[in-house]
Amino acid sequence: MTPELGNFALILGLCMSLVLSIFPLIGSINNTPGWVALAKPAAFGQLFFVAISFAVLVAAFINNDFSVLYVAQNGNTQLPLLYKISAVWGAHEGSLLLWALILSSWTVAVALFSRALPPEIVARVLSVMGMVSIGFMSFLLFTSNPFDRVFPVPFEGGDLNPLLQDFGLAVHPPMLYMGYVGLSVAFSFAIAALIGGKLDAAWARWSRPWTMIAWVFLTIGITLGSWWAYYELGWGGWWFWDPVENASFMPWLAATALMHSLAVTEKRGAFKRWTVLLALTAFSLSLLGTFLVRSGVLTSVHSFAADPARGLFILVFLCIVIGGSLALYAWRAPNVSSGGGFDLLSRETLLLGNNLLLVVITAFILLGTLAPLIYDAMGWGKISVGFPWFTAMFVIFTPFLVIIMGIGPLARWKKQDPGDIARQLRIALLLSVAAGVVMALPLFHEGNIWAGLAVMLSVWIVSSLVLSLRQRYRYRKGIAGMLRDLGSRGSGSYYGMVIAHLGVAFFIIGVTFVTQFDVEQDIRMSPGQTAELGGHTFRFDGAKVVQGPNYRADRGTIHVFKDDKEIAVLHPEKRTYTVQTKPMTEAGIDPGFTRDIYVSLGEALGGGDWSLRLYYKPFVRWIWLGGILIAIGGLLAASDKRYRMARVSSTAPAQATPKRFATEARS
Amino acid sequence: MMKRLVIVLALCLLPVAVTVQAGVTLEAFKFETKAEEQHFKDLIEELRCLVCQNQSLADSDAELAHDLRAEVYDMIQAGKSDDEIVEFLVARYGDFVLYNPPVKPANYLIWFGPFVLLLVAGFLLLRAIRRQKRTAVTDITPEQRAKLDAVLGNTPPQQDKQQ
Amino acid sequence: MTRYLRYLVPLAVFMVLVAFLYRGLSLDPKRVPSPLVGKPMPEFSLPRLKDPAATLSNSDLMGKVSILNIWATWCVSCRAEHEVLLLLAKTGKVDIYGLNYKDERDKAQQWLAQLGDPYVANAFDADGRVGIDWGVYGAPETFITDRQGIIRHKHIGPLTVDALNNEILPLIAELQSTP
Repeated sequence: MTPELGNFALILGLCMSLVLSIFPLIGSINNTPGWVALAKPAAFGQLFFVAISFAVLVAAFINNDFSVLYVAQNGNTQLPLLYKISAVWGAHEGSLLLWALILSSWTVAVALFSRALPPEIVARVLSVMGMVSIGFMSFLLFTSNPFDRVFPVPFEGGDLNPLLQDFGLAVHPPMLYMGYVGLSVAFSFAIAALIGGKLDAAWARWSRPWTMIAWVFLTIGITLGSWWAYYELGWGGWWFWDPVENASFMPWLAATALMHSLAVTEKRGAFKRWTVLLALTAFSLSLLGTFLVRSGVLTSVHSFAADPARGLFILVFLCIVIGGSLALYAWRAPNVSSGGGFDLLSRETLLLGNNLLLVVITAFILLGTLAPLIYDAMGWGKISVGFPWFTAMFVIFTPFLVIIMGIGPLARWKKQDPGDIARQLRIALLLSVAAGVVMALPLFHEGNIWAGLAVMLSVWIVSSLVLSLRQRYRYRKGIAGMLRDLGSRGSGSYYGMVIAHLGVAFFIIGVTFVTQFDVEQDIRMSPGQTAELGGHTFRFDGAKVVQGPNYRADRGTIHVFKDDKEIAVLHPEKRTYTVQTKPMTEAGIDPGFTRDIYVSLGEALGGGDWSLRLYYKPFVRWIWLGGILIAIGGLLAASDKRYRMARVSSTAPAQATPKRFATEARS
Repeated sequence: MMKRLVIVLALCLLPVAVTVQAGVTLEAFKFETKAEEQHFKDLIEELRCLVCQNQSLADSDAELAHDLRAEVYDMIQAGKSDDEIVEFLVARYGDFVLYNPPVKPANYLIWFGPFVLLLVAGFLLLRAIRRQKRTAVTDITPEQRAKLDAVLGNTPPQQDKQQ
Repeated sequence: MTRYLRYLVPLAVFMVLVAFLYRGLSLDPKRVPSPLVGKPMPEFSLPRLKDPAATLSNSDLMGKVSILNIWATWCVSCRAEHEVLLLLAKTGKVDIYGLNYKDERDKAQQWLAQLGDPYVANAFDADGRVGIDWGVYGAPETFITDRQGIIRHKHIGPLTVDALNNEILPLIAELQSTP
């Protein structure tokens, strides 16, 4: 299969995107059903061609076709099959093709699962997604073509960066892209609603499941990335506030705010303009992230090789998409009617408080990430904003968010009596403060104020959840009632919320405990020597050379004992890959629910001696456990029955509506 | 494009901007007390590695980072204070070597910006909530209710359960 | 009217952001300007590359406009800029001193023998300590000092003919014309 086929398929895909963007949209405005009906076939056509293009690139890697420049740069004959495939998205051009593929897939998904929606709305949504596709595909074809050839054809490829030869990191970009692209669905729904001038609770209900699924993927992608960094980079770090990490975190925060805001709009029809703006912002942040990572505007240990020419293209694309959407917002939003009113103390306000904090956090992360650029551009000199600043700010703002998290689920819509809720939460407050104080004071152990704060916040979340569950238990008349209620409308959202918020509690404990209580030691060890750390004994049994499929490594052996019983044998490695000869560490980790034992190999110091770093990391797994729980919660919420609507034909809306009201009254 | 790549190669002493610093080379610096070791660690975490620029001096594997860590270690052993060490590095590398921007008027934007933003946004939110409460439809009038009952075929209710 | 204006705020904020990003495309975030420009050059005294018994110190650079070029054999870009340095040396307008940074003596000497020696003299900075004093963070870097020994300019990265014509030579001419 010649690579030219891939290029040609991409061009055809672009043609499909053009058809998709123009005709259905105009057709929906001018009421031309024929043009509106073009949306679905165009979407399918787009996916068909992009998929072919992608398949051709995958084949080129598997077949070691080094006549293709991209394959020559990132492939290698010795690469294991899995990594030959993941090498497809290991660098700039290929990862963009993956973006395009995922975008086309989501477009088809929207086309398939929107049978309950009026066709004009679906047409508009698909058109907007088509416009985004045009941007990516033209970017690919004109500046970053993965099918460019190279002559003379090299005998061997440049190899995939050894750091990327890892399962976690193979899966991490697809997960993230699923999230970024998924946010384009909410974006497109918002644009479609602005164009049509109709922004109502129905719009919110349609957008919500798409947003949630995108958010779940983002959560998984970020969690994977953090976990990967921990076990791969060799010194136990799991988050660095690196610009590229921030580029993924900001859309996540915006999407979280959007999800909660959609709840208000869906239930009460309130704050619609704000929700629309959030929907536009979330995807805009995804696009902005793409720009930051690929333009060379910021330094990051992560970014793709920078090219300002490409950066300019993306910037123009950003102006068109984001600028256009915000201009549309400025024009149409004033006409949107306001929804139901609510009191100063109500669930609506608390959800908006959640939004406020999330947006401010997103804003300061953006500020910190761009500050070096802003200062340099204004001629104010060079500054650097690093890990300590971000962490400090984050730690200051998050507790307020958590406080709201405890109150919100218990608050009534529209109006909540302050005395009532205070009475309910009294016990939660007591428990949290007590637990926090116990943790902070050096009563049974080394007291730590941050751990105390973390415990206080987590207990607050959990006790609030228990109170909420107890309420539901009473209203559903016992456990039997609750079980019967599972699978009915609204229960998915509720239990999803419970699990996701529980995940946050785990996350807080994990992060705080590992930062406060971890112990590490740099030590020079000779074979047979032992060392003590964190209540464990480590015996170093030297390192020997081993050969891997495409690398050579020094492999150390460390026996770990607790109370004279051997609990683990760890094999940290220092690998040198045959092609890209940078040394790489593989840490030796003994994972555990309440702690990780982590060892990494430093340098050979002669005479069989090595410098080693030993770590004892308590509760570190709770960080990613929290992330997983959050993702599960999101999935549960997205599967809520109320998002699955009966098939509605646009000619008989009147007959469908009474049925829907009837079922809602029953639940 | 070529020139850029060449500069990148020179400045980041290890190849290609795509890679991450993997594998920390651990010098076994000797310290008298644990507190001293912690002091050293805290200090190098607040300094930036200038070569691979988004890492602290503690995390970076670059040659220059080695040298600077050794320099900091020597200065601590010589009894220099944190301020003196920081001043030494800033004199040679500028403010950029500080991982945290110093709190001076030029940087108020960074240090106080988030809080100002929170206050402004919070104020706007409260004002918006108050305003919408005033203009929102609260309840229907008795005449409307009578009409509604007539349409639905209800008997008029005894007591209006007020909020 | 103000009611409608507020909906333009997001767009306005975005435009400001775009302005910065656009500007950012022509900036280099890796470039760290030197705080030493305008200050007296750091004191140093190192053994010479070719003759370890002799020393090169900052007093050798005083009293005239001098160039100090930081280089090493392991540095790829230094290879690239070498021709430019030879060009500069040929003009005879300025004395070029070198700081051989964290290198190996024999390799460095061989290099110069093979590729040509634009330097009046080279200091051998084995452990890079003097480099740190000059705020070196990556080779190659080039400093221009004036008659009083004040650092007037730092060129980061390899020298190019363009840089020579637009930055270096004009500055040298200017500095040499003043007493």
